[in-house]
Amino acid sequence: MGKIQLTKVRKAFGEVDVIPGIDLTIEDGEFVVFVGPSGCGKSTLLRLIAGLEDTTSGTIEIDGKDATNLPPAKRGLAMVFQSYALYPHMTVRKNIAFPLKMAGMDRAEQDRRVERAAKVLNLTNYLDRRPGQLSGGQRQRVAIGRAIVREPAAFLFDEPLSNLDAALRVGMRQEISELHQSLKTTMIYVTHDQVEAMTMADKIVVLNAGRIEQVGAPLELYNHPRNLFVAGFIGSPKMNFIEGAEAAKHDAHTIGIRPEHIAVGDGPWEGVVGLSEHLGSDSFLKVAVEGIGTLTVRAPGEVAARHGDRIRLAPAGKIHRFDTNGLAI
Amino acid sequence: MSTQSSRFAARLMVAPSVALLLIWMIVPLAMTLYYSFRLYRLLSPDRTGWVGFNNYLWFFNSPDFWLALFNTLALVGGVLVITVTLGILIALLIDQPVKGQGFLRILVIAPFFVMPPVAASIWENLFMHPQNGLFSAVARGFGAQPILFLEQYPMWSVIGIVSWEWLPFATLILLTALQSLSSEQLEAAEMDGAGAFARFRYIILPHLTRAITVVILIQTIFLLGIFGEIFTTTQGGPGSASTTLPYMIFKQAIAAKDIGRAAAGGIIAVILANIVAYFLMRGLGRNLNS
Repeated sequence: MGKIQLTKVRKAFGEVDVIPGIDLTIEDGEFVVFVGPSGCGKSTLLRLIAGLEDTTSGTIEIDGKDATNLPPAKRGLAMVFQSYALYPHMTVRKNIAFPLKMAGMDRAEQDRRVERAAKVLNLTNYLDRRPGQLSGGQRQRVAIGRAIVREPAAFLFDEPLSNLDAALRVGMRQEISELHQSLKTTMIYVTHDQVEAMTMADKIVVLNAGRIEQVGAPLELYNHPRNLFVAGFIGSPKMNFIEGAEAAKHDAHTIGIRPEHIAVGDGPWEGVVGLSEHLGSDSFLKVAVEGIGTLTVRAPGEVAARHGDRIRLAPAGKIHRFDTNGLAI
Repeated sequence: MSTQSSRFAARLMVAPSVALLLIWMIVPLAMTLYYSFRLYRLLSPDRTGWVGFNNYLWFFNSPDFWLALFNTLALVGGVLVITVTLGILIALLIDQPVKGQGFLRILVIAPFFVMPPVAASIWENLFMHPQNGLFSAVARGFGAQPILFLEQYPMWSVIGIVSWEWLPFATLILLTALQSLSSEQLEAAEMDGAGAFARFRYIILPHLTRAITVVILIQTIFLLGIFGEIFTTTQGGPGSASTTLPYMIFKQAIAAKDIGRAAAGGIIAVILANIVAYFLMRGLGRNLNS
């Protein structure tokens, strides 16, 4: 149904190689998240798959058929844009029905599909409104509705939640995950937010400067990052990296330890608390440790440490070791 | 910014200009209305008096009047159709990324800066002239008889000249509207399977409705009063074939020196403009609300 295979896909804008060459297989029914910092080429990669950009070289296969030079409409993919790209002069009903109308489907079937999509997405009462009269979350759902009525081989999401407020984002995240559970269609989702990647993905593709740094299940990336970039990108707050004498003790050029893997109390490291954030459920501390640098510590619950306090820390979890090239040992 | 005092201050401050504009409009209108019921001929200044609706009746009984009315509406309608249609096409064309885009756009805008009588003279003498004109040269090149534009098709010629002058205006407004269309909408439509024509029909054209409305409203205001182009080219002729309402009023006022009749014609023109405005606003006004 929706297996997508990229072979040596390269994209250059003029002289600049945005994507130097990517090989990637997306299995049917998978929820794949492309994640990376802004400018890493993740949106470009998605647009290449969608057909909105021409590939400079390489091939894109969808369902075993070469789709490299097919126009977007012929690829059987549906896309949800960051700005939703709803048609402002059409009602919600017409927006959702637009791809069906373009496909020349008869009216009765159009109506049936629109009604069904509206029911799934809780839009039944809004079908006769225009996008301008809807809230951000509702617009998002209309955009998704327009994508699902076509019953595409795969869905492409381009940072769909970045225009929503935090609470709505969590809700929509769950809705999209549930939608994937019920439709079982391939979904490719682009985001710069590693929390979205971790919570939604079956498989995360970490991109940096147009290259794939690592592909894997969320927890695999969390537990076994292949290099410094992935280690630093996955996980929040960011992993602490320590170089020098302390790293040499572990026979590595750099060691990485996650904030949640440092225990406050007794331990070999002593430092002064800088910034401290108390959320109730967690406490985030920035501790300046002599000879190591500033460590971020995530302690569960409430910790009675304030700015300027001296505390002792101990590693209490996996220590990641990296060589001089930044690769994990 | 909407406390009682700020609203009051706002009204106070716009009051002088509102009053000035009102006087500017009311006084000439009232004088025209007054003269339109008077016998007032510059050639016989001693004969004056009230004549009731005679001045108006003269217009309604003149066969030229109905032709002039038709010509006026044909001019407005013809130019609107040509400028909006071609304007959309040219805007679509020069919106494409091409080399020398800036220069191209200046070329397209240029006719708007040519004064109406100059534009009309250029067309009359360089293009439509039966001996020296480009069109007649082309016609002769094909061995055909040159077309006598201003004699055989005077109204079409005037419509053509005025369209040429107003095309840049329409193109410019439509181009800026086109550029404000988000590319994601077009891409979404492309993904939804809309071809180039469907994208134009369902995405671009609805997006342009408001700009088209603005073009139509503004152009109508100016086109109802077109005079210079007719004066420099056909002089309303041959016969009365290209006489419009403003030109007919001009003939009464300046050629016949009959101020009373000219004033009546002016009032008729005002009424006509209001009728046109009413239908335009009823048909298009809602496009202006967002």
